[in-house]
Amino acid sequence: MAATLSTARRRQLGRPVSIVGAGLSRFGAFRDMTTRDLFVEAFQDLIDQMDQGIDVEDIECGYIGNYSSDLFEGQGHTAPILADWLGMTPTPITRIENACASSGSALREGIMAIASGMYDVVLVGGVEKMTDLPTEGVTDVLASAADGLYEVPAGLTFPGIYGALAKAHMDRYETSLAHLAKVGIKNHTNGALNPKAQFNTTLLDMMERRKARAEQQGQPVPEWRDEMDFLNDPRANPWIAWPLRLYDCAPITDGASCVLLVSSEIAANFTDKPVHIVGTGQASGRPLHDAVELTSLSAAREAASQAYAMAGVTPQDIQVAEVHDCFTIAEIIATEDLGFFEPGEGPRAVDEGRTARTGDRPINTSGGLKAKGHPVGASGVAQVIETFHQLRGEAGPRQLPNPDLELGLTHNVGGTGGTCVVNILRRG
Amino acid sequence: MTTETRAFNAASFFAYLKEGQLMGIRCRACGKLSAEARPMCQECHSRDVEWFAFSGRGQLSAFTCISVVPNAMGEKGFGRNNPYCSGIVTLEEGPRISALILGVDAANPQNIATGMALTLRVEDQDSDRPTLAFVPAQRLHE
Repeated sequence: MAATLSTARRRQLGRPVSIVGAGLSRFGAFRDMTTRDLFVEAFQDLIDQMDQGIDVEDIECGYIGNYSSDLFEGQGHTAPILADWLGMTPTPITRIENACASSGSALREGIMAIASGMYDVVLVGGVEKMTDLPTEGVTDVLASAADGLYEVPAGLTFPGIYGALAKAHMDRYETSLAHLAKVGIKNHTNGALNPKAQFNTTLLDMMERRKARAEQQGQPVPEWRDEMDFLNDPRANPWIAWPLRLYDCAPITDGASCVLLVSSEIAANFTDKPVHIVGTGQASGRPLHDAVELTSLSAAREAASQAYAMAGVTPQDIQVAEVHDCFTIAEIIATEDLGFFEPGEGPRAVDEGRTARTGDRPINTSGGLKAKGHPVGASGVAQVIETFHQLRGEAGPRQLPNPDLELGLTHNVGGTGGTCVVNILRRG
Repeated sequence: MTTETRAFNAASFFAYLKEGQLMGIRCRACGKLSAEARPMCQECHSRDVEWFAFSGRGQLSAFTCISVVPNAMGEKGFGRNNPYCSGIVTLEEGPRISALILGVDAANPQNIATGMALTLRVEDQDSDRPTLAFVPAQRLHE
């Protein structure tokens, strides 16, 4: 019942579960690749990266998040095709759909499959092939994650609903377009350090490249002085759903992600550096018009309180987090919903650089959905992969300097808050 | 009009809208109002619900002006150079609903004010799926 939301019962896993390997495809627009090709690429990466190898025959079961291969590429019943292409038949694989939280939910299914005692070794992941459709088509497919009877007929799109959230946040707090822009600048700064990112470049470099191109083509060279100047030029950064502009939105992306989950008892058979899942929570929310607050996602608050309770930690204990920045405003609201900052304090934290890699509360070191890319069904597990690498100290040039990193969190939202999955990971 | 006999579902909601009426649900057990037509109360799970006629007056609680439009809105002539406004409307009876906001300058959102008074205007009333829309209340007197 609604009244009991914030006092989540402390649920426990039947037995501990660990992550022992991770694989990620490239993220971007790959015209000739289908869903199965993307997932095979991620799976091969996982096999190549396993510290002590893996025999595919040992994988007992799989859960794969995928929002809509049906609408994006006309292919339903994706899971057995993936099983076949991975050479895993007759191993059972199940497709999980919870919009952009599909792989967050797939991960939870895998966790519970092991915690139940039924399986010891489970593959979980996600995949989305989005770029076959033109932008209008993608807009329609993403809008179908909202309520088709009571939201979509009002003209609301996926960016539109987040635009309304942004406007409500601006009305209630000191939030401005500049705060939103700073989230994007930060995430692109991180993405520039991530070789798998769709936008492996800073916004400043992107701006300089556009100036150089204009000069090459003999066109007037825009007089942008810095990123903020660039982002304030409506020709470079047009409105998508006011007050959200192009660079406030995560891109349309093809990509896949997967991790190998095992019962913690046998983790040492696979790696000396397992990462344990110490907390997991998931919740459902109502459409924005029926939300308690227009400036917060209730499902995120509930999922977070479940995960914190299971892990026995508080928001202040979390040292690194990947949050669902499908739009810049979504990152600000996420940091408030997760309890990192008080409601309305998220924008100031961005201003003060607290969420940068150099800040006390680093958010989206991978570049986030914004710069890394957002293949919607793959994003939840891709967030877990970044956290896995940070906790193991293998995030390369974007590795956080803190040598005592121990606790990380992921926050994966489906649609406009209809679903939220929060996981808390601890270095083994 | 025999309101009591209509099924509590979206087909009835849109049929009422076609008649120019915003009809939702009142739970007879707990009094909860919903601007969406549903057969069971989302608060107390009672199945004892009845149709409730909303006045059609409300205020704008949040909004967006959309420039990258879905195909259905593109067919109506909206697009990059002709954005439209969608919003969250708080009805005077309490519940909120998503609606198209007409009669505002969607190309200049800074001129649209949250909190403004709105009144119901059913759009595409001739179609089987009319659109729930609102316009600024003062426009009635123009």
